[in-house]
Amino acid sequence: MSESTISSVATHVGDDVQRVDDAAKLTGGAMYASDLVFAGMLYAQVKRSPHARAKIVAINTSKAKNLPGVHAVLTGKELDYRIGLYVVDKDILAKDAVRHFGEAVAAVAAESLDIASRAVDLIDVEYEVFPPVLSQLDALDENSPLVHPDLGSYDYVKASFSPQPGTNIPNITKIRKGDVDAGFAEAKWIIEREYTNPSVQHVPLETHVAIVEWKAGDEVTIWSSAQSPFTLRDLFCRAFKLPHNKVRVVIPHVGGAFGGKAGIHLEPLLACLSRKAGGRPVKFQATREEEFSLLPCRSALTYRIKTGVGADGRITAQKLLMYWDSGAYADYAVNVTRASAYSAGGPYDIPNAWVDAYTIYTNKPWGTAYRGFGHVEFFWGLERHMELVAQVIGMDPLEFRKKNLLKPGSTTLTGERINEHTGNPLKCLEAAAKAINYGRLTPEEEDRQARTGRRIGKGIATLHKAPAMPSFTTTAAVIKMNSDGSVVVNIALTEIGQGTATVVAQMAADRLRFPVSRVKVAVERDTDKDPFDWQTVASKGLLLTGNAVIAACDDLLRQAYSDAAQVLRAQTVDLDHDGEKIFVKQRPEESVTFAALSIGYVYPNGNGIGGPLIGLGRYTAQGLTSLDKETGQGLPALDWTYGAHGVIAEVDPETGEYTVIKIASAFDVGKVINPGTMRGQCIGGMIQGLGTAQCESYIYDDQGHLLNPSLTDNKILTAKDLPEEIECIAVETPQLDGPFGARGVGEHPMISVAPALANAIHDATGAELTHMPVRFEDVWRAIHNKPPIDTWTTKAPAV
Amino acid sequence: MWMSVEVNGHIYEREVTEHWTLLRFLREDLELTGTKDGCSAGECGACTVMLNGEAVNACMVLAAEADGATVETIEAEAVDGELSEIQAAFARNYAVQCGYCTAGMVMSVRELLRLNSKPTVAEIKEGIEGNLCRCTGYQQIIEAVLDVSGQINNGTRGGLKYV
Ligand code: FES
Ligand code: FES
Repeated sequence: MSESTISSVATHVGDDVQRVDDAAKLTGGAMYASDLVFAGMLYAQVKRSPHARAKIVAINTSKAKNLPGVHAVLTGKELDYRIGLYVVDKDILAKDAVRHFGEAVAAVAAESLDIASRAVDLIDVEYEVFPPVLSQLDALDENSPLVHPDLGSYDYVKASFSPQPGTNIPNITKIRKGDVDAGFAEAKWIIEREYTNPSVQHVPLETHVAIVEWKAGDEVTIWSSAQSPFTLRDLFCRAFKLPHNKVRVVIPHVGGAFGGKAGIHLEPLLACLSRKAGGRPVKFQATREEEFSLLPCRSALTYRIKTGVGADGRITAQKLLMYWDSGAYADYAVNVTRASAYSAGGPYDIPNAWVDAYTIYTNKPWGTAYRGFGHVEFFWGLERHMELVAQVIGMDPLEFRKKNLLKPGSTTLTGERINEHTGNPLKCLEAAAKAINYGRLTPEEEDRQARTGRRIGKGIATLHKAPAMPSFTTTAAVIKMNSDGSVVVNIALTEIGQGTATVVAQMAADRLRFPVSRVKVAVERDTDKDPFDWQTVASKGLLLTGNAVIAACDDLLRQAYSDAAQVLRAQTVDLDHDGEKIFVKQRPEESVTFAALSIGYVYPNGNGIGGPLIGLGRYTAQGLTSLDKETGQGLPALDWTYGAHGVIAEVDPETGEYTVIKIASAFDVGKVINPGTMRGQCIGGMIQGLGTAQCESYIYDDQGHLLNPSLTDNKILTAKDLPEEIECIAVETPQLDGPFGARGVGEHPMISVAPALANAIHDATGAELTHMPVRFEDVWRAIHNKPPIDTWTTKAPAV
Repeated sequence: MWMSVEVNGHIYEREVTEHWTLLRFLREDLELTGTKDGCSAGECGACTVMLNGEAVNACMVLAAEADGATVETIEAEAVDGELSEIQAAFARNYAVQCGYCTAGMVMSVRELLRLNSKPTVAEIKEGIEGNLCRCTGYQQIIEAVLDVSGQINNGTRGGLKYV
């Protein structure tokens, strides 16, 4: 068989293929972890701290233990295990200290949810309350109380992170490129501003849920709504010092995740409750209120940007300081810090750059991964800054951006050379600008302005992101042929709504030359049965898993060709195949069907040869390196997906009220695998980005109590909040090492929506917005030069 | 209390815990888990079902209130494994992602079309305003409703533009 024999005939890739999972989801038949019930199952509830920072003086659980129907009660004192993704800093239940409002201090497993709730109410906790550290900037103060006095003794991933013992800083990431002092010396203008974002919630429609069973002999099974079964297993086993083959993680359908379900959450606690309750399965699902503070959020950020610009409008130097509010634990925030640092300048050619990015502990619910992994937050500041710089130097913001965009030959902040295959940020920017008729008002818009008395403004913003992942990130796929010639694909990349199963089926079908109906992608993920995948995060799934699936198809075909060569008395190079059979090129009537080969070929006399056709494919990110800890130089990026948004907004110049007339967004995805699902991902992200831009935010009082843990007080956008027009545009600059030329776009649509909106409002009114979200009153404040509300902490209500 | 309720054409007679909502009754007692719980507080619409022919948030109705009533849930929407027209339009228009809001969405769309067979975009937005979806950005759901009411055909390539 020559290499050219196994080629792809693209009949599904790029075409309309309906989602493979929609029938199950549309009929209510799809089972989510929240739907599962097992015999003997108990229900867990947790006791949560009403204080942000306190010492636990005593916990009395005796009344709870005596309540009929209660099978296990636990406090932190009994649990000597610590968990943590990159910095191992979190107890399963708070032990002596409470570090954020809503933190779990005790837990119960009982025969019903009602009994468990009653038991939790019967637990008495005595606290000694201290003033919390709420602002990450205050937490940097030498005299600030320490959220983790023992930081110096914690284990952490040494290759990537740098905790500073004796401070509130679990990580600093530094990037040094060129010579910033020289760059600033060359500049005609130097512009420095500060931009902030508050914490926000992911709001998956399905809150976090898990069922854990820890049976005698340390046989543990976890059913969870988690995104990343193998990482969950790894972290779990490390906490309990269990071998991986003792722990099985199963992930059924997941009701949205957005990064919030990427790590490990309540699984260890439920495991301990199960063990204590004699191995009965224990289930917990967070209430919507718990989702806001028992579980993590997206970190707040203060971003200070200083930019030098030469007389020709080119950026000469940038000094970028990021202050990430990690909340009470380091979790993903340290890696958000790292990934944001190396991406911090955006898709621009910056010859001299200096980045110091700090992760900072505070007494608030902790920050974790959230779609965009830091980029939504820092692009708010960066793309507002580009607008404000353009204003200062008197250049059109689109021209200023174009002049400074990365182009083939440019280097990134970490020294990676961009080439013509990396993707085309210019094409994205021009497409988005054109889609909103940037720079002018159409006659209809002029009319509308005259009619309404409101002003119409137009704004653009660029974006880029590469997967934030270890340099050696790897994955595998297995494809098994059934005896009728259909196939089942096993992967551990979870389907959380993004459409992975559908695009994997399309790619496998084309690689095999089968109809997509003959390809099934298994629904459940199971660490005992599926091949390894690192995590379902970072927009890396399409590229890595796609390549592994292609390799698995090739492996299966190689086996089939080898068996067919024997049956047909030919050499593999003499053979070719179609969707049904392998045949001799020269005499196609001499053939053998895939079905006949699928589980071993049987000759007329009963002799069998070959065996089940099972293809294995692996793929590891190619050529990536760790970053130098002092300079940040290295190659961290699997691929860069570029994009841009254009927004048309209509603003009341008196009151600051506004509506979004249009959003148009373009992304260079390399190759569109499925136009319908890609458009769905993009619009979903654009609207989630608009929510972040317009209204979402955690609000605390000055004692660190979260004031708005509900969908009434922390609104996300509804259908009525949509822009009048939404346009989604694909740019296709093939990624040479991407499957069919494709690269990921899961997170990107959400990035830079907020600054595009604020730039449009700025264009309409001159409002210099620097704080997110952009509510009507914030626009009013900016228009009327009132100081912004930037801390999202209000005074505690008088008691 | 003892109650009798018709759900998806079957009569169920059950002892029901008095403070339980219709949502818990459907999911936990009848094991009809197609209807989802996104908030238990009337904020998200994931639990939308038809009660005596009208859409309600099942988390805001006590099970006891359904005594003697007729309830329809997502499990009755497809007949003999055939997707209903609404469901098929959702599938054609990529209106499903994680699927957690989907049952409630389909119910709200059914209610909308019952009252208005050719809703405008503004009326569709109004009709599904109470159903939160964090994945789709609603656009393809709106297109599915326009499609099933005979007002658009999104054609090929799912409405995506290329440059
Ligand atoms: S679960 Fe009923 S409205 Fe959210
Ligand atoms: S499809 Fe996930 S919430 Fe609507």
